[in-house]
Parts: sequence; structure tokens; C-alpha cells
Amino acid sequence: MNFFLTIVVDGLIQASWLFIVALGLTLVFGVLKILNIAHGSFYALGAYIAATAVTMVAARSLPPSVGFVAMLVSVALIASAVGLLLERGLLKMFYSRDEVVLLLVTYAVFLILEDVTKLIWGVNPIYATQPYELFGNVAFAGLYYVGYDLVLIPISAAIGFAVWFGLNRTVTGKIVLAVIHNEEMSVSMGVRVNRVYAVAFAFGVLLASLAGALTAPKISMQPGLSSDVIILSFAIVVIGGLGSVEGAAVGAILVGLARAASVPASALSRCWFPSP
Amino acid sequence: MKQGLHPLLMIALVAAVTLFGRVLPTWTLSLATVAASNALIALGIVVLARTGNVSFGQGLFFAAGGYGVALIANVWGVTDAVAQMIIGAVCGGLLGLVIGPLIARYSGIFFGMLTLALSMVLYGALVKSTALGGSDGFNVGRPSLFGMSFNDPREADFMLYAVSVITTGFAGIAATILFRSELGLASLAVRENNLRVEYLGISANLVITINFVIAAIFAGASGAFALMAQRHIDPQFAYWTTSGEFVFVAVLAGYQSVAAVFVASMALELVRSFSNLYLPNTWQLVLGVFLLCVILFLPRGIGSLWIRERQKRMRPTAATPIAAQKEAAL
Repeated sequence: MNFFLTIVVDGLIQASWLFIVALGLTLVFGVLKILNIAHGSFYALGAYIAATAVTMVAARSLPPSVGFVAMLVSVALIASAVGLLLERGLLKMFYSRDEVVLLLVTYAVFLILEDVTKLIWGVNPIYATQPYELFGNVAFAGLYYVGYDLVLIPISAAIGFAVWFGLNRTVTGKIVLAVIHNEEMSVSMGVRVNRVYAVAFAFGVLLASLAGALTAPKISMQPGLSSDVIILSFAIVVIGGLGSVEGAAVGAILVGLARAASVPASALSRCWFPSP
Repeated sequence: MKQGLHPLLMIALVAAVTLFGRVLPTWTLSLATVAASNALIALGIVVLARTGNVSFGQGLFFAAGGYGVALIANVWGVTDAVAQMIIGAVCGGLLGLVIGPLIARYSGIFFGMLTLALSMVLYGALVKSTALGGSDGFNVGRPSLFGMSFNDPREADFMLYAVSVITTGFAGIAATILFRSELGLASLAVRENNLRVEYLGISANLVITINFVIAAIFAGASGAFALMAQRHIDPQFAYWTTSGEFVFVAVLAGYQSVAAVFVASMALELVRSFSNLYLPNTWQLVLGVFLLCVILFLPRGIGSLWIRERQKRMRPTAATPIAAQKEAAL
């Protein structure tokens, strides 16, 4: 029983940050009908910015909790600005073209961001582990977990609930849903679709970068981060159905569990079928 | 490719380019080999793009061709360059025959995503397969040609250059003939409006499938050339950024001209090698900006630079009502 509990907890930890990334991707697709290949780059961007913020705070020998807050705030500010700039400055020019053209545009953005991160932060791995010890270790079901990992789960759930609530229970959210369902009609009802687009895209970028910031203390930041994350989030979004918040949650949990289960599964298969 | 250019003229052109390789310096030879091989796979993407679908997973067939050739070369000792090229094309084509009919039902972004997903599945499997060297891959021997082995590196480079240029050249001629054929015109019609094509009695799925298999064959052969040029294979062949580069070449070329594919591929290789030399960490940046400029200012690729007179007759897809509405709203 313990064995399965371990998989479930590990899976939920994985799912928590994957869900935040996938949520951004699915929102951007739902509203703007763009499949954003550069989404993984925003994740990487968030992780790198977070690392810089954490290192700067640590250099002033402030407590890691300050670093944690500083990284979230700095990422939120920079990511929203980047998102707004990209949508208003670049994507806007291509809305009259094919969906596939927009796919290629985001691919170009991916290529550009890939090198921008290399130029700013270099190609060597960067670490920002200070906030990782923030919540200590927690004994749970006979195993020790890093508190930070467990804290990610409620954070992710809260973000998911906030987005769901915002979309379904507020006027702004209803307007966004209207744009998702029938954009032509919303235009004629006086909705300023271009504003919805800009905000939705910036919010998607924000979510991806926040996920990057939250995972930054757990991982090493190096080139290639973005291209791996985008594949995972594509998988999640497709499993859950493009453009669906609940689907993203289900997809993230499924992918998280599968990833967590594959580790002991491959170890077991090695016991059963020892390789020569 | 101009409407009137005769296939025999094109063959002469290919022969001239091949012989031109004798006077090129060695570093240009290997560059041109890679460019020709990339042009081959990009040509496949262009063939497919004429049906309105962009494949983001040609790396799947690229890797299938490469691994197929590498395994057969190491197990049975097939080192002949032409045989390896054919093996690669067959491996790619067979895989395309399996996947094509399944994927032809999807279009637009979903088509791109599915192809991408499939190539990443192969990538994941290859990374984990210890028998195939995992993420390190494995090496293969130098290719030979018709029983001749080449010990002088310059001669070997020229042989590979010649085989790849001739193959790509012939593929280009075949593609030109295809573009002018009924199937090629039906492909353009599928791009414009697949429902109408169905009403005219042509199966849009079949058209897409055939084009998909052709693209897969080209990609498999291209994988064989990439293997012969590097004499090493690793799962990176199937990674999605590899496929992305081929899409880049195809977008740069546009879907109107075969010659443009070669020009675009050569341009990419030149930019890549010079950027690698002088600005190692910014060449993707250059590529991205270049791609954006092409999409913005040359929406139908560099091919549209010299096919101006046909542009007037063949209007691009008219903006859909929604797109027009979007434009009005912005």
C-alpha cells in the first residue's frame, strides 16, 4: 500500500507544476487559437529570472523566505510585461493569417528566446536551491518528503481554482468565455477582443513563468529546458482537450502519475527481466 | 521552377551541379552534402504543405531512415551509398504507409501536433533503448559506392556529395512533375477547400496520404544521407527541434517552387556554419528573426521572388470571415 501511496504523492508533486504550465498553454489556445510552441521558453525564462532573484537575495544574506517572495514577484512582473509586448508587438500582426502560420511564428519566438536566455544567463547550469529548504522535511506515510515539494500541491490547486473561479464566476471571465465560444458575436456585442487577447496571452505567459519560478529551486537551469517542458505540456493539454481548464488538471495528474509510476515500473521490470 | 522548363534541362542542371563539386573546396563539399540532404527532407515538407498541412515531426522518418540504414549497415555490412539511400527511403516510406492513413484525417494544428507527438515517442523510445546506444547513439563505417571504397577523405566527400546532389536533384524533378500532375493540383485544391474536393469525387484523405508517404520517403532517404555524412546516429535525429529546422527550410522556400527549397537549404547551412564560427550563441536568434521576416514580408517564401507572374493568377487563400473579423477588431 505504501508503495502506491509513494507513487501517488510523487505523481501529485509532478502534476502540480505541470498543471500550471499546461493551464497557461490551454488558456492561450482557447482564447487566441494559438498553439504556442514558445510556451516552454516562458517556463525557462521564469526559472532563470527566479534563479537570478534568489541569488541576488541570498547575496545580501536575507532569509530564503524573502528570496521566495522576491522570485515570485519579479517573475510575475517581467513575465506579464514580456507577454503583453509579444502579443501587442508581434502576434497581432499575424491574426489574419492561417493558424499554421501562427504556429510557425511561435516557433520563431522559441528560437529567439532560446538564444536570449543563453546570452543573458550563459550555457552553464545555474542553481537556486535556497528556497528549497524553506519548508523543511516532512515525514509522511513512513517516508520523508521535502516540504517545498508538498507545498507546491496546494499552491497549484489554488491557482487552478482561482482560474476556474475567475472564468466561470466573474463578469470578466464570462467575457473571456464568450470570446472563446464565439468571437465574431462577442465583437458585435461590443467586447474589445484585442484587449482580451492581450490579457489572455500575458496571463498564459505568466502561468508558464510562475511554474518555472516555482520549480527553479528544484532543478538546474540549463539550455534545453524549454524544449522538454513544451512536449510534456503539449501531451497534458492534448490528453485533457485543448482549451479546457478541467482537462488540463486531469491531464496533468495523469501525466504526473505516469511519470512517477514509470520509475518503479522500470526498476521492477529490470528485476523481472534482468538485462544480460 | 518555371512552367516551361523541360525535365531534360533539369537533368542537365543536376549533372552540371554535380560536376561543379570537383572544383569546390572540401569544406563546401560537406556543407553542400548536408544542404542537399536537408533540401530533400524539406522538399517532402513542401510536398505535404501543398495540402495545407505542416508536419512538425519529419524527424520521425528522418530517424527511421537513419537508424534503419545504420542497423542494416552494422548487422549485414551493407555499406554501398546508393543501397543505403534506398534502404533509408524504404524505411521512411514503410513507416509513412503505416502512419499516413491514420493521420490524414487531421488537419492544421492537430496534424502538426500529432506528427510532433509521434516523433517524440520515437525519440523517447530511442533514448531508453540501451541496445541502440541510448542517448549516445552509435557509429557506422564509411560508405562505399558500387564496390569501390574511398580512403582519400576528399574523394569520399565528393562521392557523398555527388550521390546526395543527384538523389535530391532527381527528387526535385520528380516533385516538379508531381506538382504539375493531377495529384499535385488536387493537393492544392485540398489546401484551398477539402470539402469541395470531396464533392468533386476525389478523396481528400487519399491525396493527403499519398503526399504524406512521399514526404516520408524523402525524409527517410535524407536520414540515410545525414547518417552517411556524420557516420554517427543518435536520438537527436528524432527530436522535435530537428524537425523544426526542416520546417524552417520549407517555410523559407515556400510551396511554389522546387528550386527555392535548394536555395533555402543552402542559405540555412551557410548561416549556420558562419554563425557557429562567429556568434556561437546567437545563431538560433538569427534564425528566428529571419523566419519572422520571411513570414511577414515573403509569405509565400523566397520562391515568390521569381514567380511573380504566377502570383497574379493564383491568389493565396482568401482570408476567412473570422480572420477578416479579427482584423477588423484589431
